[in-house]
Amino acid sequence: MAEANYPDDLLYHPEHDWARVDSGDPPTATLGISWYAQDALGEVVFFEPPAVGASIAKDAPYAEVESVKAVSEVVAPLSGEIIEVNQALSDSPQMINEDPYGEGWLVRVRLSDPAERDALLDAASYIATLGG
Amino acid sequence: MSTHPPQTLKRTPLFERHQAAGAKLIDFAGWEMPVSYEGVRAEHMAVREGCGIFDVSHMGEIETSGPQALGLLQRLLSNDVSAIPLGGGIPLGAGAMGGAQYSVLCREDGGVLDDLFTYRLEADRYLTVTNAANHVSDLEWFSTHAREFGGVEVADRIEDYAMLAVQGPRAREIVQALSDAPLPARMTAGTRRLAGAEVLVCGTGYTGEGGVELLCAPEDASMLWGEIVARGAVPAGLAARDTLRLEACFHLYGNDLTVERGPIEAGLGWCCREDTGFIGSEAVRATRAAGPAERLVAFAIDGPGIARQGNPVVGGGEVTSGTLSPSLGIGIGMAYVPTERSAVGTALEIDVRGKIRPAVVREKPLYRKGS
Repeated sequence: MAEANYPDDLLYHPEHDWARVDSGDPPTATLGISWYAQDALGEVVFFEPPAVGASIAKDAPYAEVESVKAVSEVVAPLSGEIIEVNQALSDSPQMINEDPYGEGWLVRVRLSDPAERDALLDAASYIATLGG
Repeated sequence: MSTHPPQTLKRTPLFERHQAAGAKLIDFAGWEMPVSYEGVRAEHMAVREGCGIFDVSHMGEIETSGPQALGLLQRLLSNDVSAIPLGGGIPLGAGAMGGAQYSVLCREDGGVLDDLFTYRLEADRYLTVTNAANHVSDLEWFSTHAREFGGVEVADRIEDYAMLAVQGPRAREIVQALSDAPLPARMTAGTRRLAGAEVLVCGTGYTGEGGVELLCAPEDASMLWGEIVARGAVPAGLAARDTLRLEACFHLYGNDLTVERGPIEAGLGWCCREDTGFIGSEAVRATRAAGPAERLVAFAIDGPGIARQGNPVVGGGEVTSGTLSPSLGIGIGMAYVPTERSAVGTALEIDVRGKIRPAVVREKPLYRKGS
């Protein structure tokens, strides 16, 4: 998508990641990178997903996305265990640019500490961190 | 992720053009330059399949003139400068000037200070194009050695020229439509009037495609850019320039060439003529005779992954350039490896941030028309 877009139903991490937390028990979350991150990175040409079953920790990198020019680490907005990865990105990494909150999702995680979500930002607060 | 480079960066005469086109701008060697416009892949493919236009006005120009100009350049440049023809000797057409030649500038120990194209403008007048990051030190090197010679003037011409690279299978026809005379052939240069402006048209480039490079007055650059884009050239940024040159296995100074290594190691022995006695020729001669301990090879990743500059090669060596090839769809690059593991077909392992990626030494260039 060409225009900046930060959906209100997502939680954001200041390192330009988003989480969509569901109400399961235990809750799970879908994770991805924000519009700002994909725009700064440019055309994504490679995403190698982490392994299903791997543990990720809030604020620590868990994967890498690569554009033609640069490599960027993806930081986990929440802690948990990876239960699903977006296999379609192996063939179509550009979905991260085209639809960062939809088809370009990265992983699904079973949350180990759902209360961590309280430390994340809502859309308005995240946009404020992006400055002018 | 800074999106607002400081105002101290230098800007080319095309800066407003880049802004208006929505380019992403980055600091490149102290210049605020477009890294991409619509997208790297599209720009890359435009150059491979049609025509792209690059602003390379950040590159520098040094003019060397006078009766001892050839003597000085033979001392500084690795190639045989006396072999650059003057217009009279070859059919250049109206406004004939002379040939173009690629060479490296070496220290006494053979370490490479820069790689450059030199154009012969008159019998005793040459123009050498420098890399932006090296222009000031190159100029100092030229000026210092000029004092040994006498009878030669070295002039900084960076303020006098803007430079556009128009590259791709359609590049010549697009520029030809603006020209008052047939364009100079490949590896020659001559003055033409393009849309009324006097331009030094050079049959050179650094993308692996045909095309021309245009050296013009800064005040004419925006007009020429507009005329060429209006005829179908796609604005292309430094990111596409990098993927194009890497597919063609052209060296990037600072990546594949540094003062730490010599031209033989870099595979540039073809542009070194030790008999001319250039600075560093003794070291180059010795390395050529003994054989270098390491060589710059081209490689392709076997499987997924992209190697990057600085990634170690398992068992010795390092990647100096790496990217995803837009034309081939695989990770490619160049790396210095021990000579015994530099043969085409040799299997390599590259440590990409802790993950071992298999790769194979490939023939240069990595991409060739129709491959």
